[in-house]
Amino acid sequence: MNMLAMEFRPLYAIFVPLIAAGLIYILGERIHQNIREAITLTAAALLMVVVYSMIPSVLAGNEIKLELFSIVRGVSFTLGTDPAGMIFACVASTLWLPTSIYSIGYMRGHHEKNQTGYYAAFAVCLAATMGLCFAANLVSFFMFFEILTIATYPLVTHYRDEEARKSGRKYLAYTLISGQIFFAGMVIIYVVSGSLDFVPGGYLTEAMLPGPWALLVFFMMIGAGIVKAGVMPLHSWLPAAMVAPTPVSALLHAVAVVKAGAFCTLRVILYVFGPKLARDCQGAVILAWMAVFTIVLSSLIAIRQDNLKARLAFSTIGQLSYIILGISILTPISTSGALYHIVAHAFMKITLFMVAGAIYVTTGKKNISEMVGIGKRMPVTMGAFALASFALAGFPFFAGFISKTNIIMGAIEAGQPMFVATLIVSALLAIAYLMPVVIIAFRNGHINPEFAQRGEAAPAMLVPLLIAVTLSIVFGVEPNAGLNLLEFALMAGKAVF
Amino acid sequence: MIQHYPALVVILPLCGAALSLALTKIHLHLGRNVIFLSMALSFYMSIMQLRNVVINGPMEYRFGGYAIPYSIEFRIDTVNGLVVAMVALMGLITAFYCISGEIRSEKLKVGGAYAVVALFVAGMLGNASSADAFNMYVFLEITALAAYCLIALGGNRGMVAAFRYMLVGTIAGTFYLLGVGILYSATGTLNMQDMSIIIQQGGKDEAVLVALCLMIAGLGIKSALFPFHGWQPSAHTHEERGSAALIAGVMVKIPVYMLFRFVYCVFGTNFKYMQQILIVLGIFVGIGMMYGSIRAIGQTNMKKLLAYSSITQTSYFMLGIVIGSPVALAGSLLHFIGDAFIKGGLFYCAGAIKYKFGTVNIDNFGRIYKKMPVTSALIVAGALSMIGIPPTVGFFSKWYIAMGAIQTGKYIFVILLIISSLLNAIYFFKIIEKIFMSKDKGLEDVRPVKKGELPWSMLVPMSVCIVVIFLLGFLNVKIINMVLPLLKGVGM
Repeated sequence: MNMLAMEFRPLYAIFVPLIAAGLIYILGERIHQNIREAITLTAAALLMVVVYSMIPSVLAGNEIKLELFSIVRGVSFTLGTDPAGMIFACVASTLWLPTSIYSIGYMRGHHEKNQTGYYAAFAVCLAATMGLCFAANLVSFFMFFEILTIATYPLVTHYRDEEARKSGRKYLAYTLISGQIFFAGMVIIYVVSGSLDFVPGGYLTEAMLPGPWALLVFFMMIGAGIVKAGVMPLHSWLPAAMVAPTPVSALLHAVAVVKAGAFCTLRVILYVFGPKLARDCQGAVILAWMAVFTIVLSSLIAIRQDNLKARLAFSTIGQLSYIILGISILTPISTSGALYHIVAHAFMKITLFMVAGAIYVTTGKKNISEMVGIGKRMPVTMGAFALASFALAGFPFFAGFISKTNIIMGAIEAGQPMFVATLIVSALLAIAYLMPVVIIAFRNGHINPEFAQRGEAAPAMLVPLLIAVTLSIVFGVEPNAGLNLLEFALMAGKAVF
Repeated sequence: MIQHYPALVVILPLCGAALSLALTKIHLHLGRNVIFLSMALSFYMSIMQLRNVVINGPMEYRFGGYAIPYSIEFRIDTVNGLVVAMVALMGLITAFYCISGEIRSEKLKVGGAYAVVALFVAGMLGNASSADAFNMYVFLEITALAAYCLIALGGNRGMVAAFRYMLVGTIAGTFYLLGVGILYSATGTLNMQDMSIIIQQGGKDEAVLVALCLMIAGLGIKSALFPFHGWQPSAHTHEERGSAALIAGVMVKIPVYMLFRFVYCVFGTNFKYMQQILIVLGIFVGIGMMYGSIRAIGQTNMKKLLAYSSITQTSYFMLGIVIGSPVALAGSLLHFIGDAFIKGGLFYCAGAIKYKFGTVNIDNFGRIYKKMPVTSALIVAGALSMIGIPPTVGFFSKWYIAMGAIQTGKYIFVILLIISSLLNAIYFFKIIEKIFMSKDKGLEDVRPVKKGELPWSMLVPMSVCIVVIFLLGFLNVKIINMVLPLLKGVGM
């Protein structure tokens, strides 16, 4: 490939899944389903290659900047590869392949209808996620953000029954309203500053947004992010959206969509407002306390959930607020921790969701109370669950430990003992809501006779979840393994402050 | 040759209309094909003329070559050049769409219906091209007469709706004519450029204010601006399938364009009472944006739903006029052009569903996406554009309108714009939910098509609409840059 073609790699990252989506949708019903799935897998592998190929140049500090055309008057459609975006892109592209394999096992094992539309919408979601990772200004970002909103809708409403439709409406209500408010905020920012490009460290000043305006616009802008990231009290679409098939919950509601929300918050606070204005307008403090409140409350609610997916959903809400908290503490180390938590949480949570789905497809059980002794039947699956639970609670040698330590160090540096206490308490709460599942699963004694026979999930589901759990250990022992993700996180943290 | 294009663009469909009636006597399809040819040529010329305007500046065409106050003048600048091109394209594809409405079994003289469509298009083209206040009235009435015919073609209820519209439309036309009369007696000229020079000298502010109010009322009725919208929902619901897109998508926009001309190009922002006029219009627009969307939510007849949604859209165009900053005017012009294809396209969809299944009740739309993929795609594209999801044109037009509103400190309109587009989301997602998720009602194909979803004559216009909705989104900067210099001269 010559140099010119290489420069267009961020665009390829968007178009590979997009073209795959088009092919799947158009050919879907006409070709054998194996060929249709082959398109997804090929695109996933290709996407991984494209994204990974950009790692060395970003690591060397040569960001690719691609100005394509004028998207609105005065603002061009620009793609760039900065370390923060690279982290998210690496995570999403790495996990698409295992999730696709898992999807095949799940959707076929469960005899789902409308699989073509499902795979196509999934690919569009990935394209939108890639787009918002690489978008280098707010309008381009918003475009992909809204495409992601719309493309997730058919996945949430996949079952098309009354419950799914209700969840879909709720999802749209939350995301569209916050999206439109974001839109208004974006226009205000453009009018006062004349620029929408992301700049590490931000570019807005108090002179542009005097007094209460700064706080107002701050919350208009992060509203969209914190809705998608499920910060309380704006979280209730997320548990409702769990009606979607489990692979959707796994990749979208643990990785792509919710993290797009966290990523949006990150871009707005650190690349538009900048740490100084965010601190001066009091927005960051309010947001940090919202995150603290969410972390504690969601963990408490999670303990009371019997439905495994619902419990994981509330756990997601809490974990996403770690990222929000890490960003709003506004220190370099906590920012790096927050960025690394995007990585860590993705691998840990996707494992947990994949286990929940595997249990559901193999045994038909959704509730934790029905899973007594399930470890006898599916020891490998439940073993993975146990490992991911330890990781989520932040045990050393797991990925979650590194990110949480960094956030805690940031909180200490910022002199916020309450945040430190919250993070420690929430680690204990995570043990409190995940360990019972493990204990119930491996309990001896009155075992459900259904579980007496050994029978793991189908390999198409088992292998991806083992990959995910392995990676969450690998990234805990050697955070820079292969992808240099911790390095990126530190680079981004340094660049911003 | 190109200096004659402004006249030819209008005259070609007019001649086509006249010729086709005679030619139909020779062969059934000859008249029709002449009309297609004339419209295609007219569209081609409108594009060339727009290109010429962008490169060489405004074109003036004086009929008969007399000096300015005496001759009728067509004047094409970038703003109405765009409008003319939009009307010509919509006219062309709607004429194609009408092929599906032909009743082949009877020996019906189809030339007549096509002639009316061509007349209708010629009227709108003339209206957009003209630089003469009275001449505009003539074209306005040509358009209106053709519209009465087209609405009346929609069966018995269409007849009633047409009669109702005729009463209201005639009153509206008279209001406008009265306004022109007062302006003529106050300024002694009908040429709009001339008129603007004389008005801006001042002296007769009160008299011309009355004229402006009468014009706002007349054009407001014609464009179904709230609170003058009463005639519109029933007319849009019952009109004949083919022409619905033109009537709802294009016709109601032309008076808004005229209003823009009068408010900004004739009276100008320095007019003594302009602020008061804009405040009143602002109140109309603000209420209209909410009213249309809220009424649309309750509708189950798709055509009626779209009709109410049109009231909202008309308010969006007016919003640009009310805000008055060049960027907002440019944004509303973009919306003006985009919405012709969105609204027109959605009316095509309603017509297509009616054609195939004989119903426009959205409760019956359960899972029709399997049988009508192109129609569903157009509905989704149109819906996303109405809500303002990038990269459809609706997002960009809203961007510029909101920018204009914020620049001029009229934050209330930003809030209303957002609320209204969220209300749009409610009723459009209601339709989308029905199309993709509700139970299949097992609708009977009333007109089994041999192959595929619909006849090609319907699919082509619909595909054009889908393409244009996205294309205008990508070309938005070009269009805005094209019109902005002109609007900077007239806006606030």
